[in-house]
Amino acid sequence: MRRVVITGQGTINALGRDVPTTLDAFREGRCGIGPLDLRDVDRLSVKIGGQVKDYDPEALFNRQQIALYDRFTQFTLIAAHQALDGAGLNFSGDLAARTGVVLGTAGGGVNTWDENYRSVYEEGKNRVHPFVVPKLMNNAAASHVSMEWNLRGPSFSVATACASSNHAMGLAFQLIRGGGADVMVTGGSEAMLSFGGVKAWEGLRVMSKDACRPFSANRNGMVQGEGAAVFLFEEYEHARARGADILAEIVGFAMTSDAADIVMPSQQGAARAIIGALRDAKLNPDEVGYINAHGTGTAANDKVECAAVAHAFGAHADDLMISSTKSMHGHLIGGTGAVELLACIMALRDGVISPTIGYEEPDPECALDVVPNEAREAEVSAVLSNAFAFGGMNAVLALRAAP
Amino acid sequence: MGENVQDKIIRIIAEQAVLEPEDVTMTSTLEDLGIDSLGLVESIFAIEEAFDISVPFNANQPDESDFDISSVAAIVKAVEGLVAEQHGT
Repeated sequence: MRRVVITGQGTINALGRDVPTTLDAFREGRCGIGPLDLRDVDRLSVKIGGQVKDYDPEALFNRQQIALYDRFTQFTLIAAHQALDGAGLNFSGDLAARTGVVLGTAGGGVNTWDENYRSVYEEGKNRVHPFVVPKLMNNAAASHVSMEWNLRGPSFSVATACASSNHAMGLAFQLIRGGGADVMVTGGSEAMLSFGGVKAWEGLRVMSKDACRPFSANRNGMVQGEGAAVFLFEEYEHARARGADILAEIVGFAMTSDAADIVMPSQQGAARAIIGALRDAKLNPDEVGYINAHGTGTAANDKVECAAVAHAFGAHADDLMISSTKSMHGHLIGGTGAVELLACIMALRDGVISPTIGYEEPDPECALDVVPNEAREAEVSAVLSNAFAFGGMNAVLALRAAP
Repeated sequence: MGENVQDKIIRIIAEQAVLEPEDVTMTSTLEDLGIDSLGLVESIFAIEEAFDISVPFNANQPDESDFDISSVAAIVKAVEGLVAEQHGT
């Protein structure tokens, strides 16, 4: 069976504009969540988020590009440049034909929808910019990556709410493993921190107004974030033959559906995805040292997730570490699994486990080692990354240290 | 006007529970009426719209909210309080 390794990574998120800065924040347990800076914020009741601050697109993109790149596409391209530049791959001929792009995003060009609805409804304009449609479509980011690097293989976007990135990366993994591609650019992006994007989430009444405190008894909801992370997945022999720097190996993936409730999570659906990923990876449960949790900081997710992990791992659940980095970068919705994969790679490569910050009170319903508040040094050889979306769609990835 | 706070709230809750208003009593709990967490959030939204008030309610901490949802009577009392507070009547 073909093996799949990670040979490049890039990101922009509330914690930093690149991977080293983001990993430093994970090590330090730094919080990127703060007051939102956006138009009409005074009309929001939730006024915090994990926002990319002091961001100036005009310093990075020209006028024609900005006319076509929504903020989520910009974030994707910034992360993709970091992942691909310096990877040493020249995408032409057969390699270009055997390389594709699968990216997750839940909302796509939310800011573009927001700005243009404002223009036609609030300001009463009868004309919008000609590129509104190609700018807001969910596949815009994947398309621009394919065009920027001449990637001519299988490319598409995946939208499964909070599991979008994990589904995207899992499909990229399966495409390479199954022979459909040799190299895939994958990950995800979200830029939903606009007035309409936050207002929509307020409606559900699951948002915290002060902090994201996953697994803590006094948690009071999720906090939105924004940004992107993009990875280069590559067939192992291909990577080895060219002497690529291998960051980690993707060894398994599983997806399940709860088929139950549109918002409430299911312990059984989550546990089936975890067990499925272990089986697909041929991992014994006791080999897993760390899980990057979905850990949204809502009452429902965190207790259901802990119960699912306890069920899937049995007694070993008490020996493994599980943390939620959403406490630091917020919930990037469709981009979240991608940014969280950075913490998984750091655990395998550097032996540093990212903490769950904001942890104040133990919750008997979340009685696992959640790595509270401070990063920890620990050797781990295999890790999981959980994502459990609204709509009951679950996606779990399994990784091992570089072979 | 005609419809008082109690009648309005019973109408909203009955609609959410797909019941006739006569089937909703003051001692009913939302659970008795078959209203789940999503139905509760939707009912609160309908109450906010009907009374032009803002209801402090976080679905993560239903018990810690100042807005008592333990029965229909409790909701009526809480809404009357919020209307007085937010509209100064």
